[in-house]
Formats: sequence, structure tokens, C-alpha cells
Amino acid sequence: MDGIYSPGAASRSLAWATAFYLVLPILIVVPVALTDQRYLSLPQDGISFRHFATVLSSPEWLGSIWQSFTIAVAATILSVTAGTLCAIGCWRISRRATELVRVMMLLPLIIPSIVYAIGLYRYFGPLGLLDRFLGVVIAHGVTGIPYVVITVSTALAAFDPRLEQAARGMGASLSQTLRWVILPRIAPGIFSGAIFAFIHSWDELVMVLFIASRDVFTLPRRIWDGINENLDPAMAAVAVLLILFTLLLLLADRALRRRNEG
Amino acid sequence: MSAAGRTGAGWWMLILPAFLLLVVFYIAPIAQVLTISVTEPELGLGNYERLFTSSAVQRVIETTLRICLITTVLALLLGYGIAYAITLARPRAQGWWILAVLVPLWISVLVRAFAWVTLLRRQGLVNNTLLGAGVIDEPLPLVWNEFGIIVGMVHYMVPFAVLPMLASMREIDPRLLAAARGLGASRGEVFRRVFLPLSLPGVIAAGVLVFIFSLGFYITPAILGGGKTLMVAEWISLQILDLIRWGLGTMMATMLVAAILVTLLVFSRIVDLRRIFGAGA
Repeated sequence: MDGIYSPGAASRSLAWATAFYLVLPILIVVPVALTDQRYLSLPQDGISFRHFATVLSSPEWLGSIWQSFTIAVAATILSVTAGTLCAIGCWRISRRATELVRVMMLLPLIIPSIVYAIGLYRYFGPLGLLDRFLGVVIAHGVTGIPYVVITVSTALAAFDPRLEQAARGMGASLSQTLRWVILPRIAPGIFSGAIFAFIHSWDELVMVLFIASRDVFTLPRRIWDGINENLDPAMAAVAVLLILFTLLLLLADRALRRRNEG
Repeated sequence: MSAAGRTGAGWWMLILPAFLLLVVFYIAPIAQVLTISVTEPELGLGNYERLFTSSAVQRVIETTLRICLITTVLALLLGYGIAYAITLARPRAQGWWILAVLVPLWISVLVRAFAWVTLLRRQGLVNNTLLGAGVIDEPLPLVWNEFGIIVGMVHYMVPFAVLPMLASMREIDPRLLAAARGLGASRGEVFRRVFLPLSLPGVIAAGVLVFIFSLGFYITPAILGGGKTLMVAEWISLQILDLIRWGLGTMMATMLVAAILVTLLVFSRIVDLRRIFGAGA
């Protein structure tokens, strides 16, 4: 729309103010993490990396990072497998017949995780899944399915169904068609879904507060305890590491999409 | 069985794993929550009676609705400004604006709450700066109250407000704006009488989305509220984990889900959820 109609000064300053409000508070953790003091503050006599060293040499923090990472990887595998197959099935079968499934897939995005978390707390008890790696993987994996269904469905919308029909017509079985015709064309969508499912599990706190206690102590859980108990610059260092990691994942997603479009 | 029939069954098999996982590990636990609300401590609607008799329950609902409404209005206002700027920006600038909206969306909610605590607490950066500059004599109460909750919640919700509004603004034909200008309308008139009415469906969709997300929000209000201002989600957690009052906790959880579903149902004619969530991905 450039040139034809441009925004006025008032709306432009509102937009800039909002952009600063969105971004600057997050960036404040960077100088705080580099402080040379023992308490939360801006650097006074120079910057120091010792709070990063504290985090990266602490068995508690490293243990939680590793635990969160393995849970997120396992949950992502679960979400991507179930979600991709489901999206392909819904795409191929008529829209109306799968309406119920599609609505079901939206529920985890709509229903607050606190409701699901108290439900799981009760449900997992008799199943022996409380405070277990498997229990958290199931909870995160199931709630990650919608992200994969959405991204894969978007990728499928751009896929010509006649390619699939041609493959089947020439005698390919269902699994051959999936493996050689459909999956390669929707790979970018699957990859995006995987990244979102991974971030979903990696950041998830509410369910973990209820279904894990001692043996499973993920990174968000440790940050939560840190914020509530001792606010020290090590927390800011963790925050910076998390921001860098998230940015890295988003950049990877962007680069991959651009390569496929380009 | 015909070949076509087998084909159909094959495709249905693809849906099965996700369907079963959701039914067994998602729908079932939530159905159990709904059941507990009418069976514990005893069979009946006793827990729901509290909605009318307990002032503590009413206070939590009132606080939650007030904070959610304020958050929704502010997020819509700020989000509209950014979505408007993005729509009218040149393509290269658009990319940067969208980045400013999407990157906060994907950064951990805990990191963001922590950043706000760093800034807003008594010895925080904002208070220290203002004290140092001599603007104030003693620290302002910026966090661990309703103000802090709203600052953090609006920050979290603005991106969710921008996405649906942006989608609807992008469908507005720029030639309409140029035509209105050409016919002698001032810039303000073009906005009021052409752009704003055409963007309203997106504003309503964004409002519904932000409102339902705010209703059940747990982490940010719990951290920035400091346990003094209780919203529904934190209250539920308190009932279950600390007071072991399953009946009351699940009753409130049921009401929360009902409120969200009713809101969606009322607005389902204007809001296409799948599109909103699709736009976010």
C-alpha cells in the first residue's frame, strides 16, 4: 500500500511505543545477566560472565536443562507422528466427515492448561504416571498435536491432490504414496510443526507443576522456583540462554521455509 | 470389499493414533474434572451453590473478569496500532514489524514474567531510576498487585491481538482508501469511515481470542500478582494443591471451560478459530 495512503503521526507513535513495550522489557535481562554484582542490577564497574559460569557449572541447572530437552524431543516425536498422519487423513477424507476430529484438535489450544493439569493429576495417579518421564512426555506430546496438525494442514492445502491420485493409479500402495509422494512435499510444514511442538514442551510449566515433583524437575519448573524463592542474576543468565535458544529455533524455521520457497 | 472401500479405511487409520491419544489422554482427564465437580464431596450441585453463597468465590470471579476486560481493551488498542502500521508499511519494514510481534510470542512466558519482576519490583530498575532522578521519594508499588498483573498480561496478549487484526486489515482493498482520499476525505475521515469499519471483524476476533486466553491464564498473574491478587487459575491450583478441596477446584475449572465455550459459541459467526490459529503458525 506504499505511497497511496500513509498513517498519521499519532498512529505511528502508538505503533512504535507498542513495539518498544513488546521488545525492550525482554532485552533488559541481557545487561542484568552481565552484571558484576551479586544481586539483580545493571553492571556497575564492568561486565562479568560469572553468572553464566554459575549456571553452566551447576549440576541442578544442567540436570534440568537435559531433562527438559529429552522430554521435549520425545514429546515432539509423539506430536509430529500423530499430528502429521492425522492431518493427512483429514485432508484426504472429506471435510465434513472429519469435522469432529478437527474440532477436537483445537481443544488443547482453547481449554486452559490449568484445567487439563488438575485432570491429569487425578488421572495419572492410578496409572502410576505421576512424576515419571513417560507421564510428562504423554502430556506434552498430546497437547502438542494441534500445532503439528495446523502447520501440516496448511502445507497440504498447497498440495495438488491429483499427484496422490496419480501415484495410487499407477499402483503405489498407501504407505508408498505417503513415503514417496506426500511426505517430501509437506516436509517444511512438518518441520515447522516440530519446532512449535518442541517449544511448547520445552516451555511448558502448568502441567509439570501438577504431574511432576521430585524425579522429573524440568527447566521451567526450576525457573519458577527461582523466581518465587531467590531472585539472583543467575536467573537472568538462564533467561538469556533461553532467549538465544528460542531465537535459534525460529531462525532455523525461517531459513528452512525460505529455502523451500526460494 | 472394493478397492475404494479399502482406500477409505486406510486413510481413516491415519487419523486413529491422534484420535485415540486425544480421547484417552486429553478428553478423559478433562471429563473426569467435570465429573468430580458434581460428585465430591457428595453427589449433587453443592459445589455450584457456592457460586451464589460464597463471597470468596464471587470475589475471585469478579477480579478475574475485571482484569480480563481491562487486558482485552488495552491489548486491542495497542495491537490495533501495530497492525495498522504493519498494513500500511512498505514490504521491507513489514518484515521488521512482524518480527517485533512474533519474537515475543515465542519467548518463554517465564522469561517475560521474570523480566517484568526485574523492572518493576521495589528495588527494581524502574523504581531505582526514578528515585535516582529524584522524580519520586519512595518506590512505587508497581508489581505484586493488579497493576503488575495487567502490565504483564497485556504484554503477553498483544501478539495474539495483532495476528487476527492484521489478517483482516490485509483484506482491505487499498484502492478504497485512495479513492476516499481522492474524493476529498481527510486522513482522519478515511480512517473513521472506511478503514475502521472494514477492520472491525478482525478486532472482534482478536478481542474474543485475548479474552478467552486471559480467563484461564496462570503463570504471569501468579508471578506478578505475588499471591495477593488471585485470578481463577491460581485460585483453582490453590484449592487442589494446598487445600485439597477437589470439589470446589473442579467446579471452578468447569465454570472456566463453560465461560470460554459460551464466549466462543456466541461469537462463532464472526470468528473462524481455525483461521486465527492458522495465521499464528
